[in-house]
Amino acid sequence: MTEEMEHRLGDYLRMDRLPHIWCAGCGLGIILHSYVEAIQELSMDLDKIVTVSGIGCAGRASGYVNTDAFHTTHGRALPFATGISISRPDLKTVVISGDGDLFAIGGNHLIHAARRNVDMLVICSNNFNYGMTGAQYGPTTPPNTRTPTSPYGSIENPFNLVALVASSGATMVSRWTVYHVYHLKNAIKKGLQKKGFSFIEVISPCTTGFGRLNRLTPIEMMRQLRDNTKIKKVHPTEATIDPHTEIIIGDFVDVRKPTYGEILRELEAKAR
Amino acid sequence: MADRVLTGTRFVHGDWACAEGAISAGCGYYAAYPITPATEIAERIAQRFPALGGTFIQFEDEIGAIASVIGASFSGLKAMTATSGPGVSLMLENIGLAVMTEAPCVIVNVMRGGPSTGQPTMGAQGDVMQCRWGMHGDVETIALAPQSVQEMYDLTVEAFNLSEAYRTPVFLLSDANIGHLYERLTIPRDGELTLVERKRPTLPPIEYLPYGADESLVPPMASFGDGYRFYSTGLTHDEKGYPDMSAETQDRLIRRLCDKIRRNTDKITRTEALMTDDCDVLVVAYGITARSAATAVKQARDRGLKAGLLRLVSLWPFPDKLIEKTAEDAKTLIVAEMNYGQLVREIERAVKPKPVRFLPKLGENPHTPGEILEAIRRVYA
Repeated sequence: MTEEMEHRLGDYLRMDRLPHIWCAGCGLGIILHSYVEAIQELSMDLDKIVTVSGIGCAGRASGYVNTDAFHTTHGRALPFATGISISRPDLKTVVISGDGDLFAIGGNHLIHAARRNVDMLVICSNNFNYGMTGAQYGPTTPPNTRTPTSPYGSIENPFNLVALVASSGATMVSRWTVYHVYHLKNAIKKGLQKKGFSFIEVISPCTTGFGRLNRLTPIEMMRQLRDNTKIKKVHPTEATIDPHTEIIIGDFVDVRKPTYGEILRELEAKAR
Repeated sequence: MADRVLTGTRFVHGDWACAEGAISAGCGYYAAYPITPATEIAERIAQRFPALGGTFIQFEDEIGAIASVIGASFSGLKAMTATSGPGVSLMLENIGLAVMTEAPCVIVNVMRGGPSTGQPTMGAQGDVMQCRWGMHGDVETIALAPQSVQEMYDLTVEAFNLSEAYRTPVFLLSDANIGHLYERLTIPRDGELTLVERKRPTLPPIEYLPYGADESLVPPMASFGDGYRFYSTGLTHDEKGYPDMSAETQDRLIRRLCDKIRRNTDKITRTEALMTDDCDVLVVAYGITARSAATAVKQARDRGLKAGLLRLVSLWPFPDKLIEKTAEDAKTLIVAEMNYGQLVREIERAVKPKPVRFLPKLGENPHTPGEILEAIRRVYA
């Protein structure tokens, strides 16, 4: 028997909630790890971070982080986060949620939060399907993919998340994968320090859903993230994405614009 | 710095009074989506808030508006939204989250004719059951129904007080007739109002149980950023706030959430009785309808008919016992509502087997006193 060791990141996680509910081979553990490691490396005060999530596998992330945290309703993480971010500008508001939550049911809130430039970091785990309900197709599923609700192959066009968010006004836009852990952590560190609406898409394998249905093993899925990705500094609309052929990854946008909160406080100062 | 409380007497409309009530109550966050006949509340808030340091934000829809209100509530602010029935329809899932996570907030519904788009500019009382049963799952809600511009102010303050006291969303159920009605409003002096603030934790963060309640059944509430590092979820949760899918935890949580309101029904209930002590015919009404009913009851008395009025100022939690007691000696009840039969069902249930006559009114105008008087007369016919 080995003695039980304290986890290196134990202070940053709710250890009494672990182990987490995610499947073996799922990328969400890597995203969570990258997030808390970024907080640790920046020596940020855990009392001054609020982690918000929606519903789905990624939505559970907020429950494992040792910050104030809010597990909200499906698709609505961003308006909850907006209420928090504007009310408490001294805190860093971070949203961790999935592609279905943020871009299907919550798509409207996403483009409007980006448009307003509300100060928050959004980490979007993109696994190309609805994992928790059993791998149905969603707004990111590649065409012709077989899923339980597209048994003849998906006939819909997917969103390019980074292009959509950038065109909506986000001031920081990146795409990484759970294979690129150092790049991912650095992007999160940048996002945590950024003032403004920051968005990081993280390509993350759903081994139980997307993987199994497409006859891909967890190892093969991770290999795809290594072999099919190209780091490029391009305009987000040119950051194409097809998990089976090529995924352009990188930091695409980093600009500074006044945030909603900053403009609001200016208005208040004038009104007084 | 602008004056927060605009003490004095003014000639204003109900929506304006509601906005000022919110400001007097200490509301610091207002999010909404424009909708007739509640938009004027947002317009007044948008004008007043910047100088007071409050946040007004117009959302992309009502779903986002209520979600952000709950986020602001957890950030320590008194927060509200105002809308009409269609907006409440969109908000209900998140109002359920406010019930489950115990986020104090105020939802104003300036009711209009429905269902669907219905009659946007016309008053109705058709959302009485929506705010009680619209959410999935077992809930108890609190709802107040103003009958005047003055009460739009007074009961908005009261709605904030109740929401803070019980850590729960509170509905103000007004309607287009009152929202758009101009009459006299008197705002008291700052400091004359009783304002309730949510109970804060006194224990150090390490011992704090975000969902651990004493015999009041209302847990003290920390705010984000205060160092308590608490987790809140719409999932069934234990006292720590952690998800727990066991039957025991669901049973304990739902009973507490409902009982914290049910057990305080007497404390929350507000009614007004007019000549009910010796009445044969008891009229029950609320909101704008109660004004016509009061006139009708007085006219009936002038004609020697022993009528009385019980006005419900609060609709939920439903005061079964009080209604039963008030109706004890009455032979017949008349319920007048601007809908096709909603609260009347509750009243029938409370006074069973006493006969209850229902007087519906649909399509904009409230009942006239004459219509209610005629209903009283028919009891004697």
